[in-house]
Amino acid sequence: MIISGEKRRGADTALIAGVAIIVAVLSIVPMLRLAFEIVMPQGSFSAAPLRTALSGSATWTATWHSLQVGIGGTLLAVVLGTTVALLVSLTNVRGRSSFVLLYVVPLLIAPQVTALAWLQLFGPASPFLKLIGMAPALGSKNPLYSTTGIIALLGVQYGPLVFLMVRAGLRKLPRELVEAALSSGAGRWTVLRTIIIPLMTPSIIGATALAFVSCVGNFGIPAFLGIPAGYLVLPTLIYQRLAGGGPAVLSEVAVLSMLIGLIAMAGILAQDYASRRRDYRIASTSLPAAPFELGRWRPLAETAMWMLIVIVLVLPIVGLFLTSLVAAYGVPLSMKTVTLANYAFVLFEHAAAKRAFFNSFGLSIAAAAFAVLVAVPLGYLITWRKRWWTNFLNLSAELPYALPGVVLAIASLLLFLKPLPVIGLQIYNTIWIILYAYLARFLVLALRPTISGLHQIDRSLEEAAQVAGAGLIRRMRTIVFPLVAPATLAGGVLIFMTAFSELTVSALLWASGSETIGVVIFSFEQGGDSNYAAAISTLTIVVIFALMLLTNLFARSLPNGVLPWRD
Amino acid sequence: MAGLKIENVTKTFGDFDALSNVSLDVANGEFVAVLGPSGCGKTTLLRLVAGFEQVNKGTITVGGKVMSDSKLNVPPEQRRVGIVFQNYALWPHMTVSENVGYSLKVAKVEKTERERRISEALALVDLQGYGDRRPANLSGGQRQRVALARCLVSAPSLVLFDEPLANLDVHLRASMEDEFASFHKRTGTTIIYITHDQAEAMALADRIAVMDRGHLVQFATPRELYEQPATPMVASFIAQGMVLPAKVLTAEAGGQCKVEVLGQEAVFRCRAGQAVTGDAKVCIRAADIIPATNGGIEVTIKRSIYRGGGSRIEAVAGDETQELHFDLADPKRLAEGETTRITITSGWVIPEANV
Repeated sequence: MIISGEKRRGADTALIAGVAIIVAVLSIVPMLRLAFEIVMPQGSFSAAPLRTALSGSATWTATWHSLQVGIGGTLLAVVLGTTVALLVSLTNVRGRSSFVLLYVVPLLIAPQVTALAWLQLFGPASPFLKLIGMAPALGSKNPLYSTTGIIALLGVQYGPLVFLMVRAGLRKLPRELVEAALSSGAGRWTVLRTIIIPLMTPSIIGATALAFVSCVGNFGIPAFLGIPAGYLVLPTLIYQRLAGGGPAVLSEVAVLSMLIGLIAMAGILAQDYASRRRDYRIASTSLPAAPFELGRWRPLAETAMWMLIVIVLVLPIVGLFLTSLVAAYGVPLSMKTVTLANYAFVLFEHAAAKRAFFNSFGLSIAAAAFAVLVAVPLGYLITWRKRWWTNFLNLSAELPYALPGVVLAIASLLLFLKPLPVIGLQIYNTIWIILYAYLARFLVLALRPTISGLHQIDRSLEEAAQVAGAGLIRRMRTIVFPLVAPATLAGGVLIFMTAFSELTVSALLWASGSETIGVVIFSFEQGGDSNYAAAISTLTIVVIFALMLLTNLFARSLPNGVLPWRD
Repeated sequence: MAGLKIENVTKTFGDFDALSNVSLDVANGEFVAVLGPSGCGKTTLLRLVAGFEQVNKGTITVGGKVMSDSKLNVPPEQRRVGIVFQNYALWPHMTVSENVGYSLKVAKVEKTERERRISEALALVDLQGYGDRRPANLSGGQRQRVALARCLVSAPSLVLFDEPLANLDVHLRASMEDEFASFHKRTGTTIIYITHDQAEAMALADRIAVMDRGHLVQFATPRELYEQPATPMVASFIAQGMVLPAKVLTAEAGGQCKVEVLGQEAVFRCRAGQAVTGDAKVCIRAADIIPATNGGIEVTIKRSIYRGGGSRIEAVAGDETQELHFDLADPKRLAEGETTRITITSGWVIPEANV
């Protein structure tokens, strides 16, 4: 009995050690490696790369641009997302759940696909504008190749992010607080201004910080809209330096990635500071407030909502789809010119595109499966086996996702540039380095729903199994995993969607043979083959939409808020 | 089956003493209730016995085997202790049979034997034919019985009940109380029953351990707790006893002594060796107060609550600080603000050491 007792405690230690090692290898090791490179570039003390990177005027121009589009995009996203959240949550508009489903879609579509879709919609070659006879003259500049264009698309992309966080906050608003204000004689606008908005400030501040970090870290949109206009932000500057200089400039781009990391950190810290000054915790839980009657304004509000869907979702996708049906750049679309040749080409002929589908599919499945398997024991330690160090585990798992993707990509490059010590394995320039980065970056997407799922499950369910004689491994397998599986698996689906057309990380890590879908779309667009890029993009949107609808079928067994598109 | 011995157990969380030096000796087959207000440490005690928490000091022995001391902590899965959780803790993703048979499966009991024991356990709680249902499709009382069956299927040496009736409505409570009593009679298992409801504890337990702020204040039979509370806390917690200041006028003789309470003299029960003191506390029950025929204590009525067949009277005596309550049988009535005279016929001198 005593021997088996030690064996069981051994299982405990093994679980904790295993999970801790995984988190350390995926988060702490790459970040330390990056920090090391900045202090000791190429292994010896030198301030040269730091000086080169920080003295170049390109660096500061790109930093200024990053701040410009970061702040602009954030403001637009916050205004859009908050307004929509207030409208959807507080009023009696109809068709709420289908609206939420559609409004959240841009968040799930890869930024470069969004960028491509909008470019196709507004460019002089736009089949859509040609169809309605409003296309600008061929050769004229696409209005989206500009700062305003980038800001507009960032706002469209991350508006839903703000929406989701503010909506989550509004759902927790106890109706008594609103009713107490109404019965004190306050009108609706007064209630909104003096009660609801102030109580929502923590959510809005949190959403602002998240949107800012996402905007400055975004690669796809400034890559598609900025590079052709010669307008570089830090992530695209890093990409160009690395594409031009190869591993030789790694120390220098490490400094640049630190710069973007610092800007993102500053956003997070500012949020922390701002929210600490206002403690508006809502202690009670209760039913949400009864919706405000819009009366005769309701049709108007509903029209505005659906116009927004048409503008941010339907038109760009239609533009993208029409482009994918046209044989070549600038050809107007008609019954005679419509063709599926682009699809045939990318699916069956182009070798890199064919490989990319295979690669991205494998990478996404692997990243999702790995995250699901690690998230359950990790979430279990963080929630049900709380110790002083478990919170640290949680923060470490968050880090690779919280920081811009370029930071993780550069750290991975540094880590794997040389063959791994001892075993001598070389994963640089192979698909495995992308897999590593995906595992690190997306783990938290499965961890978060697992944690919120475990918080909703009574721990006595595990204790009951424990007194029934079940050891740790068995409890994990028969009790914890089945109970939390729906939430964790939903996180896995989210990972699959995000990784499937991911670009930021793979753009810096890919090599011939390990192309991803994101990379292929990017290469086609850069080579002027928008029609092929549009065809692949359309396919990814179809995959993502199909997955959304499929997971919706299982939504009933999920904790609230796990599927972002489900209201 | 086995007895439970808790010796000098201390448990602290940070600098909060959840349990201080608690000792409890439970005989084999005994039904013991652990009773106390919330925050008294009773749940901590249960979690220590189950092995979910480790003791700081002291030992816990089940069936002669040391389970916990400051160094050793046998993990819960090896203690063979059953628990009926407050919220039942039935696994929603398993059927009733799977819930009940889980511990057998863990112990690698062979399939036909397992099924036999599952149906036996379900029969014991009167749930034959419910094996294929899911917990979600059962009523509260049925869930409670599944939890009971799950716990007894592995024939544990000791069963812990964690406020099992707290979530049930009043009608169900009474019938579940009967169920627990007959369960105990049938199986003869040693039971530790955690509750904050003194009526429940009195109805079920052979002995009751009353806890207060991490200390065990009294461990005795229900009758003894009622008649001879050891501290003012026990006196007021059990059946709402009234605790009054008094003077002990004579030393104990034959289990009795003369006291002066609210200016009136009376003969009270007391502990052997009770000495004369001017600073004692006594416990009086509502039944000890009767209307005075002559003399007595003047009281002012604060409230009269009709209870069917009689009224419960709340009154104040003396300088309006001493609250009293007693029952008044119909047809007599007393209205708020009236004064009347009462006599205290008997009571218990709370042992000096604990005042």
